Amino acid sequence: MAKVLMKGNEAIGEAAIRAGCRYFFGYPITPQSELPHYLARRLPEEGGIFLQAESEIAAINMVYGAAGAGARVMTGSSSPGISLKQEGISYLCAAELPCVIVNVVRGGPGLGGIQAAQSDYFQATKGGGHGDYRLIVFAPASVQEMVQLTMEAFDLADQYRNPVMILGDGVLGQMMEPVDYEIPGAGKVFDKPWATNGTGGCRDANKVYTLFLDPDKLEQHNMVLQAKYRRIGEAEVRSATYLVGDADIVLVAYGITARVCRAAVNQARENGIRAGLIRPISLWPFPTEVIRKQAQTSRSFLTVEISAGQMVEDVRLAVNGAAPVHFYGRTATIPTSEEVYGQIVRLAQEVIRQ
Amino acid sequence: MKKVFTRPRSLTDKPFHYCPGCTHGIAHRLVAEVIDELGIQGNTVGVCPVGCAVLLHEYLGIDTSQAAHGRAPAVATGIKRVLPDRVVFTYQGDGDLAAIGTAEIVHAAARGENITTVFVNNAIYGMTGGQMAPTTLVGQPTMTSPGGRDQITAGYPIRVAEMLATLQGAAYIARVSVHNPAHVNRAKKAIKKAFEIQMAGKGFSLVEVLATCPTNWEMAPVAAFKWLEENMIPYYPLGEFKSPEGGETAAV
Repeated sequence: MAKVLMKGNEAIGEAAIRAGCRYFFGYPITPQSELPHYLARRLPEEGGIFLQAESEIAAINMVYGAAGAGARVMTGSSSPGISLKQEGISYLCAAELPCVIVNVVRGGPGLGGIQAAQSDYFQATKGGGHGDYRLIVFAPASVQEMVQLTMEAFDLADQYRNPVMILGDGVLGQMMEPVDYEIPGAGKVFDKPWATNGTGGCRDANKVYTLFLDPDKLEQHNMVLQAKYRRIGEAEVRSATYLVGDADIVLVAYGITARVCRAAVNQARENGIRAGLIRPISLWPFPTEVIRKQAQTSRSFLTVEISAGQMVEDVRLAVNGAAPVHFYGRTATIPTSEEVYGQIVRLAQEVIRQ
Repeated sequence: MKKVFTRPRSLTDKPFHYCPGCTHGIAHRLVAEVIDELGIQGNTVGVCPVGCAVLLHEYLGIDTSQAAHGRAPAVATGIKRVLPDRVVFTYQGDGDLAAIGTAEIVHAAARGENITTVFVNNAIYGMTGGQMAPTTLVGQPTMTSPGGRDQITAGYPIRVAEMLATLQGAAYIARVSVHNPAHVNRAKKAIKKAFEIQMAGKGFSLVEVLATCPTNWEMAPVAAFKWLEENMIPYYPLGEFKSPEGGETAAV
């Protein structure tokens, strides 16, 4: 199929439709509004339902109902709205209901700003809501990757019966790039014998619930969830590397920041500095092993984020003291490649001094 | 021997966990009887609340989804939009529906969401130990209004049925009571009518059921029925507040 030029937010909407999603429940918030705008027009064309909920909380609970009824369903929002959804996300994980949640991240805390940010990493990967649960979290770095990861997210959500979050940002959501919707292998169909869609008088009643008053039963339930998270941790780690083979200095960055870092790595290479880049694509599960192995040969790490330093904690855990892990971040604007290059030069001088 | 009374097919044989004199059991049974009579056991999805009725899913032999506190109308909306030919209902208490879930119930009604809500109003939080509810009467003592609800600091109880009846999307809104057998029969008729209105695709329906909580009211069950009749019904009048055929504020 020919490529089409689309905004990131709209491309996510089209990818969802191509993946068989026919239900979207959401609430308006900048900078993700093109997603509901697009689906409000497109879903009815496909016989689907777009519903603007009265709140983010209602929207995520509509997702809970629709997912429980067996549908492929999505919601989208941006940081403050995602905070409101955390209650529902905890319940979705507890009830093992599949869905896709899009966070087009903006700056925080509080109302923060409407520019791109990456300061929701902790919230997305470490919890956010209450209880021991995990989301699969994908961080696309291009509009094409938004399409690919959104389509795959629906399959993984159904396969593992777990919510999947697409963690974008305001730039990826707003920018236009050519995209191809032919994603081989995506759009699988799963049986959902557990769905609460009426017994039809021919099976036992299905129950979606998250309360276990008996402590033994709650612990059993949590063990089932944790075993599932371990399976996901083994099977679904995704990352990309760039020029890391001989790299002395390895940058770690995801999403839009990884593109900035790639330019900085190129500039470093042009100036004789052996720099490389690891780009986590799945933020949970985190590519710990890729980074750990890299730390055996590289001399210094630099994590770059649009945050005050969140993913850097996971990079430090992965490197585990084998090399110094540095951080460079901005919290209200995207670091420029010049700024990142400046950090690389500084680290290169330290490496030489060692 | 002819069997004249039996457990509704839509109720499981699990014994209710409710306190002596609690009227949740009656309300559960009425819902189950209505489901049986309409022949919709295999075609119905119930949404259970947080509160005393949190274990409703163990008592009903139908597909159920247990919602977060107050979110049942949103969950039911998600189910109904995916499965418009199923009968979808929520069962909620007063804290769930009229405090933490006020936005969800108001907007489900405003959208004319084609679901049914059974709203059990016993004027107190039961499960958490007898705190003041949005429907606690002025002067009524609770654990968090030990001197009785003071309208100066705690405001006034919400008349949910009357409030929702102002919304154009609401098709059927009624208030009933279960404090004596005659009223139990009328309550069942209203619940059945609400389900039938959903099945006819007419929009949102809600039946508010005045109920007792002898444990947290600190009354014997019989005294609780008397208290309901003498105190709740004057503030929460019974009747149909909205109905597709008119009949507003008609006696149920």
